[in-house]
Amino acid sequence: MLEVRNVSAGYGSFRALFDVSLEVRAGEAVGVIGPNGAGKTTLLRVISKIIAPTSGSVVMEGQDLSRVPAHRVVEMGIAHVPEHRRLFPRLTVEENLRMGAFHPEARRRHAERLDFVYELFPRMKERRLQMAGTMSGGEQQMCAIGRGLMSGPKLLLLDEPSAGLAPVIVQQVFSLVRRIRAEGYTVLIVEQNIQQVLQVVDRAYLLEVGTIKQSGPSAELLASPEIRRAYLGL
Amino acid sequence: MFDSFLLESIINGLLLGGVLALLALGLNLVFGVIDVVWICYAELVMVGMYAIFFLYVYYEVPLAGAIAAAVLGVALLGMILHRFVIEPVLGTAPINQLLVTGGVLFFLQAAATLAFGIEFRNIGIRMPVVEFGDMFFSFARILAFATALVGVLLLWLFLTRTYLGTAIRAISQDREIMPLMGVDPRRIYLITSAIGGGMAGVAASLLVLQYDVHPAIGLSFGPITFMVCVMGGLGNMLGGFVAAFIFAQFISVGGYLFQIEWGYVIAFCFFIAMMFVRPKGLFSR
Ligand SMILES: Nc1ncnc2c1ncn2[C@@H]1O[C@H](COP(=O)(O)OP(=O)(O)O)[C@@H](O)[C@H]1O
Ligand SMILES: [Mg+2]
Repeated sequence: MLEVRNVSAGYGSFRALFDVSLEVRAGEAVGVIGPNGAGKTTLLRVISKIIAPTSGSVVMEGQDLSRVPAHRVVEMGIAHVPEHRRLFPRLTVEENLRMGAFHPEARRRHAERLDFVYELFPRMKERRLQMAGTMSGGEQQMCAIGRGLMSGPKLLLLDEPSAGLAPVIVQQVFSLVRRIRAEGYTVLIVEQNIQQVLQVVDRAYLLEVGTIKQSGPSAELLASPEIRRAYLGL
Repeated sequence: MFDSFLLESIINGLLLGGVLALLALGLNLVFGVIDVVWICYAELVMVGMYAIFFLYVYYEVPLAGAIAAAVLGVALLGMILHRFVIEPVLGTAPINQLLVTGGVLFFLQAAATLAFGIEFRNIGIRMPVVEFGDMFFSFARILAFATALVGVLLLWLFLTRTYLGTAIRAISQDREIMPLMGVDPRRIYLITSAIGGGMAGVAASLLVLQYDVHPAIGLSFGPITFMVCVMGGLGNMLGGFVAAFIFAQFISVGGYLFQIEWGYVIAFCFFIAMMFVRPKGLFSR
């Protein structure tokens, strides 16, 4: 479904990604794990074209995204739920969700998708008229994921959905990712919460200082001595 | 004893407030969304007034048609201003945006002087005076007030009920992620500029019924508009709306209790005092 081919990217003269390649197949849940500053967020930004790569390409369902304008990427079926949630704090929950369904195709199916999101997050329905910025971190994360789903994506990009949340809520977020997957969405999830994300995804890539150091099925990575030592403290 | 003159001036203040609110709204919308102050805003209103004057008086276009053309024309002017003057300096130091729109102010003033001379021109429509008890109100003012309120209401409905309006409010809160929503920020800025210009056009059509147009007309309500916006909190549309009515009361009632000029003096003193009490605007968070 999604192919990232030999992507390098950075900010000004600083390079954050070096020749990164990865693939996500339809129906999979794939993780990108790695420490703070590894370039995980940068990778997702390249995929959704918030920043342009210096070399390499991103291909979604056979179409090279280099010729697609940034605001059209979502129409290609890619929804990006950004780091730190980035809700519009002074819009209501329902208005935030409406923004997720901005493109014409999504607008047509707005009512149907809103029902789906409210069914998935009954809490959001209760809070639909509340300013998004006044909700708790966990609720905001749900709203952010809901906003991503409103576009009717094929592929959902999640950037550290568990960051900054209380342990109980983290559990909820990961079981939600499972549920979303079961609904048929393909998921690419970036996490530092390595132990837990590996319980949810089929495969993962380990990113360190801008390069892919290791990749494979979750069970394999969980068993890998390097990962156990460096990241799981075992 | 019941003072019907005082009541009359309070109501006149209310009527004036409507127009000030409309003026402030366009400026606040543009500032709130694009983060640029259109210093030349009142001069856009002047262009609209000239357009109506010439279309109606010289080309004998029916008034409604002249007004519609002026509103569309000034909306287009707003888009041109954004695309060719503001867009090139967006993202540079804020002073540049003040300088370029300030430049447009002087350009429009000078261009109007060159093209039309310094005469005061009036479209020559005599509006009736409405009598209510022993109070008198200008029909033009009542019309202006009603139109301003309808304009404000329509804008509010647009901003809260439509996808585009929601995007306009969203972009001022987080520009970077707008493409993730499928929104092209440049398009939103152009649309916002068109609406801001359109509001200047509507204001022009209301003012041209009450005032003569001349190249310096912008100076007679531009500064008041800016003060209203600043008092309400630049970019805060509700604040600007309320501030417009407060300001208008000072001008109108102050003018009645003392003298017309004193109304303005009191309003400005109040403005300065407010700047010490609430420097970020009436409803600052
Ligand atoms: N906007 C930016 N400007 C400059 N450098 C940045 C910016 N964002 C991230 N970086 C740098 O790029 C590197 C990768 O960052 P990021 O992709 O955010 O990592 P991660 O998401 O894995 O924590 C880091 O060294 C970070 O400091
Ligand atoms: Mg990150």
